[in-house]
Amino acid sequence: MSYEPVLLARIDKPNSQRLEGYRQDGGYEAFARVLRELKPEEVVARVKESGLRGRGGAGFPTGVKWTFVPKGHPGPIYLAVNADESEPCTYNNRILMEKDPHQVLEGVLISSYAIQARVAYFYIRYEYGEAYRTLQAAIDELYQAGLLGRNILNSGFDLDVVLHRGAGAYICGEETGLIESLEGKRAWPRIKPPFPAVEGAFRKPTIVNNVETLACVTQILRRGVEWFRSLGVPPDPKNPRDLGSFGPKLYTLAGHVNEPKCVELPLGVTVRELVEKHGGGVWKGRKAKAVNPGGISMGFLRCDLPLKNAEGTEYDIPLDFNGPLRAGCLGLGTAAVTVIDDQTSMIDVVHNVCQFFSHESCGQCTPCREGTGWMLKIMERFRHGRGRREDLDILLDVAERIGIIPGTTICGLADGAGWPVKTAIRKFREEFEQAIRDATVSRYVRTLETVAAH
Amino acid sequence: MPVYVNDKPVELGSQRWNCIQAAQQAGVFIPHYCWHEALSVVASCRMCLVEIGEWKDGKVVMQPKVVPGCQTPVKDGMVIVTGEYDRRDPTLPPLPYDPAYLQAGPPGSRAKKAQADTLEALLLNHPLDCPVCDKAGECLLQDYSFRYGRSTSRMIDPKNTPPNKPHISSKITLFTDRCIMCTRCVRFTREISGTGELCVVRRGHHEEIDVFPGRPLENKLAGNVVDLCPVGALGSKDFLYKQRVWYLHTRDSICSRCSSGCNIYVDSNKDIVYRLRPRYNPQVNGHFMCDDGRYGYHFTHAAERIRRAGLLQQPSTSASNDPDYPMRRWLAWPHLVSRLRQSLQSLGQQPQRRVAVILSPFLTVEEAFLLAKALRSLAPQAQLALGPVPVVGDDDRYPKDVHGRPVEPTRFIIRAEKCPNRRGVETVLRYWTGQVTPAEELLRQSWDALWFAGGYPEAAVVEAALPSHWSAPPLLVVQDLFPSPLTEAATFLFPATSSFEKEGTFINAMGIAQTFPRAVRPLIDARSELQLAHELLERPGLVQAAAVRRELGRAIPELAHLATIDPPAAPERIELATV
Repeated sequence: MSYEPVLLARIDKPNSQRLEGYRQDGGYEAFARVLRELKPEEVVARVKESGLRGRGGAGFPTGVKWTFVPKGHPGPIYLAVNADESEPCTYNNRILMEKDPHQVLEGVLISSYAIQARVAYFYIRYEYGEAYRTLQAAIDELYQAGLLGRNILNSGFDLDVVLHRGAGAYICGEETGLIESLEGKRAWPRIKPPFPAVEGAFRKPTIVNNVETLACVTQILRRGVEWFRSLGVPPDPKNPRDLGSFGPKLYTLAGHVNEPKCVELPLGVTVRELVEKHGGGVWKGRKAKAVNPGGISMGFLRCDLPLKNAEGTEYDIPLDFNGPLRAGCLGLGTAAVTVIDDQTSMIDVVHNVCQFFSHESCGQCTPCREGTGWMLKIMERFRHGRGRREDLDILLDVAERIGIIPGTTICGLADGAGWPVKTAIRKFREEFEQAIRDATVSRYVRTLETVAAH
Repeated sequence: MPVYVNDKPVELGSQRWNCIQAAQQAGVFIPHYCWHEALSVVASCRMCLVEIGEWKDGKVVMQPKVVPGCQTPVKDGMVIVTGEYDRRDPTLPPLPYDPAYLQAGPPGSRAKKAQADTLEALLLNHPLDCPVCDKAGECLLQDYSFRYGRSTSRMIDPKNTPPNKPHISSKITLFTDRCIMCTRCVRFTREISGTGELCVVRRGHHEEIDVFPGRPLENKLAGNVVDLCPVGALGSKDFLYKQRVWYLHTRDSICSRCSSGCNIYVDSNKDIVYRLRPRYNPQVNGHFMCDDGRYGYHFTHAAERIRRAGLLQQPSTSASNDPDYPMRRWLAWPHLVSRLRQSLQSLGQQPQRRVAVILSPFLTVEEAFLLAKALRSLAPQAQLALGPVPVVGDDDRYPKDVHGRPVEPTRFIIRAEKCPNRRGVETVLRYWTGQVTPAEELLRQSWDALWFAGGYPEAAVVEAALPSHWSAPPLLVVQDLFPSPLTEAATFLFPATSSFEKEGTFINAMGIAQTFPRAVRPLIDARSELQLAHELLERPGLVQAAAVRRELGRAIPELAHLATIDPPAAPERIELATV
């Protein structure tokens, strides 16, 4: 069965970023219809009904999140668009913003109407220069067309979109970190509760949604709830807490594949199908050793490890919101699939991961600040062939004890830092032990030395 | 419903507490670094991790994760299990914990491990240079590591060694590597002083406290960040490497440098004051004190202080031009006091002779009362006046905004009136004379005898109060700390004592009477003003401030409550009452 892309339908058209073209393809009709026909709470109800789950990583139901805004709040209420896409190997938001910004902005308009926001902050990461310029141009077009500003389409609805460029920190992608950064402070995630939907930016209710989520909102309102629910994976009847994984998803393929690219598929494609069919297989005729199902913070799948209670190996797990959990990963994350071939040392991979999280830990909570740094120091030693057997236990201990799941940190960065380390060590322990026995020095010790970090 | 802390029920009423405070009510201590009662909650140090649960349907269901006690509000029926569950009162019956919870280990084992993990993490990059660290002995990192931590480090890799930052302030230095990033200091400058000099720079384990370029930590409350620092990262340059803290004797006292009357601890060794620290008093100063007070103790040990009592000897013949005269003769106290008493008595027998007594606002209530009583009994015609009251600018209110303007609500006030006891001395003066006369008025007139009871830490205040063509009266008695034109001319000169060297009561700007014990012994040849008055009254032995307090409490209705208060049982105890 071949799937016709919806979110990415327009990206190859000439001038896909322009309002004119977007309108020719039926753009902003859904928004106009929403303004004419639906009350804000009806929009919320539709999104809730569609089962749309946040595409930013945690997979929280978007409609449910919108209902957390206190009823009858006098305002202001804010929408914050999380375009701080910093998870390594993830670039699906970037494609949407660079190639089809109006699809996202229509979602911003609809969502702002639904939650009764009068200002939407679009927080874009510093590194996305082109996306920033494209979006700014698109926002300017909207103001000129009367789709932003006062009394939009004579409906009495006002909305301003403020495009804010970050300063380059992974933690700004955490929703409360993003809010702090937006307020002009150091992006230290806030303690929750209160959740941002109750008290967020400037101490007002704030809904933080991912770019892809908002593009999905556009499509739900354009094509209907039924269409959205026809795609993806329904909830597991045996698991009452499963909310299902409906709708299309942008998967990004990176690492050792022949064709690294972003593909749109209904949720639930298996890793094997994604890599072998859509990614053109592993490069240089090698085999996949490990796969990262959704950004490095989700942990690793070992491609030849048989699944418990099911046929196939971890290579065959479906990429929906539940699949990676079955293989001990943290979740679907951003659905950025990174393939690691069988010639690559897991020690180098884990070192790289540790370097990233140690550099990006905001430094607020002790366990994460010191834990990520310690793991990096140990992995640095491993790369130089000076690992010890007890280091593996220390790494596991540290990786287990940091994060919101054990309750020792404020935000989930530490979980994301611990998960790849512990899944790698659990699943590839013999490789680490072999390296300890042989005192293997990494091939990349010299070339990848850290020179400076911003 | 009560809240259970390590199986102990505690009723908290309607007060909103967090777990640390609730546990404190139950007598259980939960260690913490970043949390401070006066500052906002950041829940980042992760030292106060506890396990919480709820008692319902006959069993206690515990949450699977640990939570920071500082951030978790206590609700009715909540069950708190701390890492020290195994040290709970063994006579208490254990709560019916969920069997599934007990399977994972004894109650509190998760919190215990989480706290030990936090300490292990904090020590990873800590230099462990306790032998040369000023904080050693009163360091919470030492204390908690000893009580909750592991005894060995599992890290064999090199520690981070960020450079120290002595430049952050003229009074404060930062040992960057010792910092545990609790950010108390940063929050203090943002929330209490409002000046916001401190910030956090860099990220992850390379994170550091710093100041903004060109804006050092210079505000009048800056010294508090040293007290707030739970480890040895922020050091007071004033105290640095002067004393090991375990040699210090700590006494409760009251700051005498302004009329706020901040409650302080005086840390001294061998009668030398080395450091002042604020002592918590919610009615007066909260948790903090200002730098004027904090570093304002040095006068006590200044070399220029008047050390001995003496008499001014005039030449034997009035025509003599001997350049050695007039000459100061240092005499033993008993001789001086009896000669002084005789002089005053002879004046008292001649009611037309004019006698003035000036009582400074640095005196305690007891001293002012007893001096007034002694002089009025020797020379009943004596006029009483309030000594010069030093006032500098306006009351200084904190926090301030970026323009230096105070912001409501006020969290700290440095008073413009730079003396501790104007209200107390005024109360005494009103009792004896029915009014308060300023000293400046009396100093303009000519007198046969003038008694100046000073105790001014700065002689400039005394000089400023003197009229330009002031000439000394035939009999001038001066008690003061530092040389001034008055002490130069004094017929009888007595060394005064500083507030650390005496006990007594100050009444602060808000009318709160606070008694304090003596922190250090006075200079060898000095006796307190109270003792001098006691001897002038021909009372035997050593004076007891508490007895004088009872005496004046019976005499002065406004201070009647001072008579009913028992003397302090221990030097640390302080009585507190509002006038």
